[in-house]
Order: sequence, then C-alpha cells, then structure tokens
Amino acid sequence: MCGIISVIDRSRNKMNGESIKNALSLMDERGSGEGAGYAVYGVYPEYADYYALHIFYDDLAEPKAAVEDLLEKWGKVEYDEEIPTYDQERLKKDHTPWRYFFKPDGSFFSGSTEEDSIIHIVNKINTEIDGALVFSSGKNIGIFKASGWPEDVANFYRIEDYEGYIWLAHNRYPTNTSGWWGGAHPFNLLDWSVIHNGEITSYGTNRRYIESFDYKCTMETDTEVVAYLADLLGRKHGLPEDLTVKALAPPFWDEIDKMSDDKKELYTALRMAYGPALMNGPFAIVIANAEGIIGFTDRIKLRPLVAAEAGDRLYISSEEAAIRRMENNLDRVWMPSAGEPVIGRFNK
Amino acid sequence: MTIGSTPVKYRIKIDQDLCMLCERCIENCSYGVFRREGQKIVPDFRKCTACHRCIAMCPRDAITLEEKPNDYRSHPLWTREAREAIYNQANSGRIILSGMGNAKDYPVIFDRLVLDACQVTNPSIDPLREPMELRTYIGKKPRKIEINTVKEGDYELKTKIAPNLKLETPVMIGHMSYGAISLNAQLAMAKAVNKVGTFMGTGEGGLHKDLYPYQNNMIVQIASGRFGVDINYLERGAAIEIKIGQGAKPGIGGHLPGEKVAEDVSKTRMIPLHSDAISPAPHHDIYSIEDLAQLVRSLKEATEWKKPVFVKIAAVHNVAAIAAGIAKSSADAVVIDGFRGGTGAAPRVFRDHVGIPVEAAIAAVDDKLREQGIRNEVSIIASGGLRDSADVTKAIALGADAVYIGTAALIAMGCRVCGSCYRGLCPWGIATQRPELVSRINTDEAAQNVENLINGWTLELAELMGAAGINSIESLRGNRDRLRGYLLDEGIMEVLDVKMIGA
Ligand code: SF4
Ligand code: SF4
Repeated sequence: MCGIISVIDRSRNKMNGESIKNALSLMDERGSGEGAGYAVYGVYPEYADYYALHIFYDDLAEPKAAVEDLLEKWGKVEYDEEIPTYDQERLKKDHTPWRYFFKPDGSFFSGSTEEDSIIHIVNKINTEIDGALVFSSGKNIGIFKASGWPEDVANFYRIEDYEGYIWLAHNRYPTNTSGWWGGAHPFNLLDWSVIHNGEITSYGTNRRYIESFDYKCTMETDTEVVAYLADLLGRKHGLPEDLTVKALAPPFWDEIDKMSDDKKELYTALRMAYGPALMNGPFAIVIANAEGIIGFTDRIKLRPLVAAEAGDRLYISSEEAAIRRMENNLDRVWMPSAGEPVIGRFNK
Repeated sequence: MTIGSTPVKYRIKIDQDLCMLCERCIENCSYGVFRREGQKIVPDFRKCTACHRCIAMCPRDAITLEEKPNDYRSHPLWTREAREAIYNQANSGRIILSGMGNAKDYPVIFDRLVLDACQVTNPSIDPLREPMELRTYIGKKPRKIEINTVKEGDYELKTKIAPNLKLETPVMIGHMSYGAISLNAQLAMAKAVNKVGTFMGTGEGGLHKDLYPYQNNMIVQIASGRFGVDINYLERGAAIEIKIGQGAKPGIGGHLPGEKVAEDVSKTRMIPLHSDAISPAPHHDIYSIEDLAQLVRSLKEATEWKKPVFVKIAAVHNVAAIAAGIAKSSADAVVIDGFRGGTGAAPRVFRDHVGIPVEAAIAAVDDKLREQGIRNEVSIIASGGLRDSADVTKAIALGADAVYIGTAALIAMGCRVCGSCYRGLCPWGIATQRPELVSRINTDEAAQNVENLINGWTLELAELMGAAGINSIESLRGNRDRLRGYLLDEGIMEVLDVKMIGA
C-alpha cells in the first residue's frame, strides 16, 4: 500500500500545497491514518543560504537546550521559531515541530564539505540527544509530516500556506514498523527527499553498506537508506541521476549480457561497485533534490507508478486519478517500465 | 600387554540366507574385513571403519552394520573416546591422527539461525517465473566508479576494474590436493565446476596435466611447501590462493606421507618419489602482513596483474583483525575456513579443539571490514562444514560472498565420512592413491553427481531468496535482517548481530 505523488514545475513557477493535499487525500485508502507528509522545494527564499533544520521535540526543555547548545557550538542560527500548527480533532500532537535557519562554521570542518558537517550534526542530534529528531535539513526546502491522515496532516500545518516549485507527498500504510512521526515520509537528508511505496527487502544489506560510509540509520524504517544512498552515489561519488537509479535498480544480468561491449563494461562495473546499494523488494520511489525529481520502481515493478505531463509540469504518482485531481488537462500520461527512471529537471 | 585390546566399534552382520557368496564384499573392503571360509563370509569387525562400501555394493542387501554400544562402565567425563585415546597413546606415544572434520558435539550455530520469508505486504518471488540472479563476482571491487559523460545519457567508464572470478552460483569447491585425494576425484569435480560455471581449488598438490582442460575453473594454491609451484602452474590457474591456515588444523602445516607420493604425485608436486611432503606451519617468507603483501604482489606481478589472489586462513579468535590486514595486503579475497572444515589427515587434538565456528568468523570479519569502510573492496569466501543450501544461504546472509564446500562434494561422490582418509585406503577411491581403488570412481558419473548437488543447492538458494522477496544475491549478502536467532545465547547473538526470533 502507501500512496505517493509528486510534481515539479520546470519553470520554477510556484504552486501552493492546496492541490497536492487534495490529490493525496484521494488516495486515503492507501494509508491507515498513521502517517502522511509533504515536502516542498523553494519554500524559504528569504533564507535560501541557510540550512533549514526541522526538528521534532518531545518537550521544549532539555532536548531543545541540548540541540541549541550543539548548534551554537558548530555554527550560527540566523532565525528560529516553532513551526505553526493548528489543532486537528483526529491528530494527536506527539511532538512540537521547530525550525532553525542555520549556517555551520567552516573553520570546524576543514578537510570536509559543509554538507558533510550538516550530516554530522544531524547524525549527532538523532543518535545522541533523546527527545529531538531532525527530519529535514536542506536549503530552501521544508518537510511537514506527522502521524495522521493526509488531510489532517495538511490542515495541521496549513500546507496551503506554503508554496514551492517541487512538491512531494506521501500517505503511509506502515507494515514493518510502528506508525510514528519520524517514520512518516518524506525522508530527508540535505537536499535529498524521498517518498516510497513498498518494502525494501535488501534493507539489511543497504543499511550495513551505508553505515560503513558513516551514515547513521535512526528512523527505524527502510526508506531513510534511500536518501542516504542518493546522497552517497549522487553527491559524494558524483554519479548522474540516471546512473544512480541504474545502480539502485540495475538491469538484469541477462540484459547486461546483451549490451554492446562498452555498455556491458559500464553496467557490470556499476553492479560490481554498487551491489550492496542495489535495492530489492517491491517499491516505487520518488527522490527529489534541488535540481529536480526522479521516480522509478523496482526491477520487476511490483508497485505501481504513473507519470504525466501538462505544460511545464511533470507529475509522478501511484495513481493516475490522483494526478488528475491536480490537473485534469494532461498532455501525456504513461506507465514507466520497471527500473526505468522518469526524470524531471528544471529548464536551464 | 598391560592394556590389551579395546572393544570393537562396529559390528557387521551377514545374513547367510541372503548372501550368495559373490565375494563382492571381500573385493570392495580395502580394510580387509572379509574373508571366505568355506560356504561363509566371515567378517573381522575390528578392522571395520564403517565406510559402508560393502553395504553399498552388496547385490543382496545382506550386510548390516551397527555401532556397538559402549560396553565400558558409563561415565560422563571418561567417555569411550577419552579412554581409548589414552590407551592408544599409552601404547604408541604418538600424536593421534584423524580424518574429516571436527567430531566433537559443539552446538552448530547454523542450526540455531532461522531464515525469514515474506507474507502479504511484501510479495515473495517465484524463481520459476521471475528472474533470480545468483551471479557473483569474486575479487576486488572499486570503492566507487568514475565515468565520463560523452553526451547526455551516454557514459564512458573511466575506472579500471580489477580481474574477478565470475561465478554463476556462489558455491565453489574448496582445496583438496592431489595426494590427499585421487586424480579421479579431482577430475570429476573439475568437470562438474566447469559445467555449472563455478570454480574449485587444486589444493597444495600442484596441477596434474589431466586437469589442464579445466584450468579456467581451477584456483591454484600455494602453501608453505610450495609443491608444484612454478610459473606454468600460476599461469594456468584462474586465480591464485595463498594458504596460510586451514580450519581443520589451524596453526599447523601439512604432511603427506612418502608412501602416498607415487610417481604421478611426485611429478605433479615436483618432489622426489616416495619422499614425505611436509608443508611447514609458517611460510618461511611470511612473518607479518607486510611480508604477505609482498608475496601477494609478487604473485600478481608474475602473472601480470591478470589474476585475483586469495588468502586463506583458519577461523581463529582474532580472525577479523587478520582479515582486515589481508584486505590491505592487496589480496582480492579472504577465505575463512571454520573449525568444522574437513581434512585428509590432522592431529585429532587440533581437529577437535582449535579454531572457532565459521558462522562467528564471517560475522566478525564482515563487521570489521565494514567498520574500516573496505568491505565491498574485498570478497569473503567462507568454508568449513557447510552441509546444505540452508547453510550456504545463512553464510551469505551473515556476510560471505561465496562459499567453498569440501566434504559435501566428496559425499556426492560416495564418501561416507568414515574419517579414515589418512590411512590412504579409502574404499570409495577418493582419499587414496591406490590405482585399484582410484579406478572405482567413474569420473563422468561422479562429475554428474557433483554437478547435480551444486545445481540442487543453487535451486534451493534461489527459492529461499525468492521467499525472502530478494531477486539478486547482492541483496542477500550481509543481510542479517533476514536471519533470526533461535535458542542462541545473547553473547553469540551479539557477535552475529542478529535479532531474536519474534523480534
Ligand atoms: S570397512 Fe567398509 S567395506 Fe569394510 S566392512 Fe566396514 S563398512 Fe564394509
Ligand atoms: S574420503 Fe574415503 S576415507 Fe575419507 S571419510 Fe570419505 S570414505 Fe572415508
């Protein structure tokens, strides 16, 4: 189960959260009321140079003081506030969401990049500070999620008040782990956000692989590794998006064996080097970063995925009906084949 | 004669109503148990090793064998084995030899690990209808790959990939040397691995010319004795393995008695006829990881960096640190041989008491290499007492890339695990060099048996993966989430890093 929907406006025209909320709510039967969430890119233009850290606090005393101590130590908080929320009858407020616009102090991180320092801080908070959880840490992006039904979560944050040029939304039906706020999608690390429908049977392998590169899995669910793998392959190892997808959901050996020599060599190398990053099991995933979105399914397409275009907008979703809720006048609708990436990038 | 003789172990019975006096038992028992007295076959129980050859060959099913119950005064500490070992040594003053694997009753960790399967939320995959990929590459992998973008969507590989062995199934056959086993046994296995697209080891006995046609599926071994090693040997192998240790006898070398060094063996091993072939415990040019690295690199240099080089060690308590050192020595794979590994001949005290189980060793090595961020750059091959496809699946889920089987392949050719291999009289023609016994193996038939075994295991492995919703072996490797501990103590669970059943 689970329902996913995402949209990019390639000309960076902003969209508010109203229509994606309606689209996600249409897929209510794909969830269980235990988790929904929204990611929006381009949402904090006035703080575009700062990392927007969204943090769930269990209480506003100790964990908050500990986080703020840590942030003071490692850099500077330009502005912070409680993320405004609005009580909903069916949604129990388990945590208080807070946001910080933060810049790390370069002098602490000689030899590594600013991004690495943010990963380090996120890991530190999530593993060492009880009662605090960073659930969004990119620049000019924000994630809004909770345990609840899509429309309740949207109303809780008043998602229609936010606007951006990429939206991702997810309705969760947890089968592996309990429904808790941290376990709701989208998952995020830096620029990368992930929504996922399915179960990753290779999680044990993927987790051990990614942890050997110093990422720490703290969300008790299989989806977070996708964000980390995207960061490792895409940002750190510099693979283009389509090859990243081919590493995560590679062609079968039968297909590789039939390729031209050059391609065979490339795809063999990709599988050899990134075998432990290969994701198995039924899944449909959309990954976003500051440059665009990319959607793909597992290698035998055990989960549905539909793509559609209308003008500058590209939609990727579990259901065509959900896309049509956002835009009924579509230029093109298609079902991508198994493992084939659908890529939406901004116009240059 | 203070001690006298010990009671016999096995009792052989011949049903005289069924026996037709064909004398096949006499012919088949190389230990000389049977003789004919008039209209009767008379067995001498004392000589029997329970190899079952006579039983398997009797056309009338007239022979039965039973283990004789302990007729010593029973005692929980002074068991029959303990007492008989003392009688034996009180008589001989020698080291007690034994064959095959560890015969002590240690708990088998594999049997206390259970595999997982999908239900409903995550569909299992049916390998009969869906692709299931077991192809495995053994050797060095790059940490990351670099590419040039030729044009949008079109790429060129910049990274040079080191030579790897390409396996169609993660099951290989480990090293059993010519000398320890017969040429026919080696030939049968060579034909089998060639057929199924996997590999086998030559052992330290060199490479007999009859095996040349199968050299692309052979891994040549270099042990401390350097038997049979020259550039021709190195060049023929698909990969080269340096043997530091062996699970059945960690810390000691090998000894092939002169009487087994017949003409062909002497030629293949490049040693004088009937001379004892002794490979010492240490390699006398390796006393540190740096020395090992030198040997690894010189072997690579000698073969123009075209062949992967493996290093085999016995599973011992600090195996993880040693394996990490090996990984840094430019070796392409580390072979870990657990304490249940078989052998042609080992001091009993080593076979039964030295080393650690391979399950724990795989887990510890995999963890250590990950901690150092180099796990994917070196392959792990696990061996030592793997009995079926479940053991293979569990070994891979714990972190191995592939496995070596040994005893299982011999059993596929008839071996009854009688444990008397060191006597050179193996009635199945396996652990012997006597031509009349060796010829008992029909290499084509035996090859078919070994091929069937590997194919059968491979099919089962594919089914187990499918049940877990996994369609490529990469996703099973190190996937300890797919394992649960059943009746394992907390300490072992921690070493294995697996969850308890129900969790
Ligand atoms: S040693 Fe083997 S062949 Fe001889 S009697 Fe015993 S079981 Fe039969
Ligand atoms: S190889 Fe032969 S001697 Fe060795 S255990 Fe098997 S049957 Fe016995």
